[in-house]
Amino acid sequence: MARGTPAQRAVAAVRGAWRAAARTAHRAGAAVRRSAAAARGAAVRQPPGPFQPGFWRSPLRGRWLTSLLGLVLLVGLPVIAITGLLSYAAYNPRLQGNDETPGAPLLKFFLFSWPTHPAWLYRLDQGVHVTLGLALLPFVLAKLWSVLPKLFSWPPVRSPAQALERLSLIMIVGGVLFEFATGILNIQDFYVFPFSFYTAHLYGAWVFIAGLIVHVALKFPKMMAGLRSRSLRRELRTPLAATQPEAPDPAGLRAADPAPPTVSRRGLLVAVSGASLTLAALAVGQSIGGWTRRTALFAPRGLSAVTPGTLPVNHTAAAARITAAATGPAYRLVLTGRRTVSLTRHELMALPQRTAVLPLACVEGWSYSAAWTGVPLAELARLVGIANPSAALVESLQQAGSFRSVTLSAGQVSDSRSMLALCLNGVDLPPDHGYPARTIIPAAPGVHNTKWVGRITFMAAQ
Amino acid sequence: MSTRSRSRRSPTAAARSLSTAARSLSRAILAWYGARPLHLLALLAAFALAGYALRAVVAAHQWRGFAVWFIVAIIGHDLLLFPLYSLADLSIRRLLPRWARGGTAGPGAAGAGRSLVPVINYIRVPAGFALLLLLVWFPLILGLSAVTYRRASGLGTDPYLWRWLAVTGVMFALSAASYALALRRASVRARRAPPGADPNLPGKTSVL
Repeated sequence: MARGTPAQRAVAAVRGAWRAAARTAHRAGAAVRRSAAAARGAAVRQPPGPFQPGFWRSPLRGRWLTSLLGLVLLVGLPVIAITGLLSYAAYNPRLQGNDETPGAPLLKFFLFSWPTHPAWLYRLDQGVHVTLGLALLPFVLAKLWSVLPKLFSWPPVRSPAQALERLSLIMIVGGVLFEFATGILNIQDFYVFPFSFYTAHLYGAWVFIAGLIVHVALKFPKMMAGLRSRSLRRELRTPLAATQPEAPDPAGLRAADPAPPTVSRRGLLVAVSGASLTLAALAVGQSIGGWTRRTALFAPRGLSAVTPGTLPVNHTAAAARITAAATGPAYRLVLTGRRTVSLTRHELMALPQRTAVLPLACVEGWSYSAAWTGVPLAELARLVGIANPSAALVESLQQAGSFRSVTLSAGQVSDSRSMLALCLNGVDLPPDHGYPARTIIPAAPGVHNTKWVGRITFMAAQ
Repeated sequence: MSTRSRSRRSPTAAARSLSTAARSLSRAILAWYGARPLHLLALLAAFALAGYALRAVVAAHQWRGFAVWFIVAIIGHDLLLFPLYSLADLSIRRLLPRWARGGTAGPGAAGAGRSLVPVINYIRVPAGFALLLLLVWFPLILGLSAVTYRRASGLGTDPYLWRWLAVTGVMFALSAASYALALRRASVRARRAPPGADPNLPGKTSVL
C-alpha cells in the first residue's frame, strides 16, 4: 500500500495540488484577460468626463515630474514617520499608565527607555516632525495632483495584481491625508475628530507606513527611470516659451492631448518649493524660540505667544480647574516612598535648590528654553528614604483630564537636572506654568513635565 | 505503474520535480494574477501590517470614526479639493482676456500694443499660496478652534485672520511688483529687438 517514503508522497501530493491550482488559475486568468481586452477594445464605452483620456490636459504632468515629487517625499516622509515614532517612544509607554495607545505589541518593538541627554532631544524631534510636516504638504498635494488622472483610468481593473495594487493605494493616499489632517488640526487644538488623537495618529501612521513601504517597493525602479528620463539642471534652465510636454509613458501619466503650457516645469517646482519653504518659515520660529518666535506668524505658539515676561503653555490653570484654594497656604506636596512626608511650599523652598536651563517641548512642535529653579527629584526621593528610585509616579492637583499623572523612568528620576521646579526664570512659577510646583524632566515630552504637582510616589529599585 | 516508478526516484529527482512544480506555480500566478508572486507577497504583507495596526484601533472602540475620516480624507481631496482648485484655476483663465492667459499660441500671442507678459501666473501664485495658508490654518484664521485654543494656550485666535489678510496682501503686492518688472524687461527687449524678431525669445524671461 505504501507509495514511497513520506517525503516522496508529500512531493507527489503537492505536485498534484499545484497542477490543479495552475489549471484553475489559468482558466481564471484567461477570463480576466478576455474581459480586460474587451474593455480596452471598447474605448468608446469609457464613461464621460474624467474617465476620458482627453479630459486631462495639463502639459506638465509626466513621469519625470511625478518621480521628482516622489523623490522629495521619499526623503521627507520617512523622516516625519521616524520622528513621530520616536515621539511615541519619548512617552515611555512601557511604564505603568503612560501608554496612550495600548495594543499592537508587535508594532512597539522599537521602544526603549527615553534618555534625558541631550536635553534638546525631544525639542528637536518634534520641531522636525511638525515643521517638516508643514513643509511637505505642498509636495504631497503636488504629487497627488500629478497622478490624479490615474484615479480615473479605465477599465478600473485590468488584472488581480493591478486591483490589489490600486486597493493598496488607500493605505498610502488615505494614510498621508489622514495623518496630515489630524496632525494639522491637532496643533491648532481643533479637536473635531471622533477619536483619540494619539490612537488615530499612531495607528494611522502604521497604515501609512505599510502603504509607503509597498508603494516604494513596487515603484522605486519606475521612479529611478522617470528621474533619468530628463535632466533636472536642464529643466531649471527651461523657460515657459521652451517648455514642452514630457514624452508619453507606459503608465499614462502624461496627458494624451497636452494643452499649451501656461507655466514652465521649473515654474511649478519653484512655486511648490516656495510654498513649502514659506509655510515652514512662518512656523519654525515657535520651535526655535527667542527672537525667531516673532517670525512665526502662522504657528499656534509663534508671534501670538510673544508677550513680555510670559512663555507659552499647553494647558491653562483655568482649563485644568486649579483653584486658588488648592494652591494657596493649604497646599501640601505629599511624597511617598519608604515613608510619607508632607511639605508646604515654604518648606520646599528651604530645601537645597538647583537651577538648570532646560527646554520645554510640546508634542505640537513648539518649544522654549528657560531657567528652572527647584529641588532635584533625587533629593526628594532621599527625603522619603529611597536612595535608588526605579520609577516615580507624579500626580497633579488637576482632578480630571489627560496627563494628570505620569510615571517617570529610573533614568529620568535620577538625572541630576530633573527637578520639582518652584521658579521660572528667577520668579515664582506663574499659575499657568504649574504654581506651586511642577516637574521638569530633561528631554521629556511637555506633558510629562507635570504641573501643579500634588503627590510624588517613589518606587525603590528591587 | 506510475506511482511505483515515482516511488523509486532519488531525492535529487524529487527536489527537481519540486522546483519544476514551483516554476509552474510561478507561471500560473503570473498568468492569473498579472504580476510576479513577489508582488502579491509584498502587497499581502502590507495589508497584514495595516490590518494588525487597525486591530488596535478596533480594540480602542474608535474604528468607526477612524474609518470615516480615512475615507473622507481621500474623497475630500480627490473629489472635492482637487476639483475645486482646478475649477478655480480654470475660472481665472477663462475670466482673463486672451493675451493675459498665456499658453494660447506661445510667443507672439500678445497683440501689438498689448502686454508681452501673460499675467496668469502672477495671479495664480499669490492666490494659490493664500489658499494653501487658509487650508492649513483655517481653524485659527476663522476662529473655529477659538474656545479650545484659549483653554490650552490662554491666547485668542483674532490675530490670525488679520495676519492671513496681510500675508495675502503682501503676496499679491510682491507679485504685482515682479509683474511690473517683467513687463518692463519685456518692453525693453521688444524695443531693442530688430523688427520681426520674436519679442519673447531669447533673453531672460520670468522664472515661471
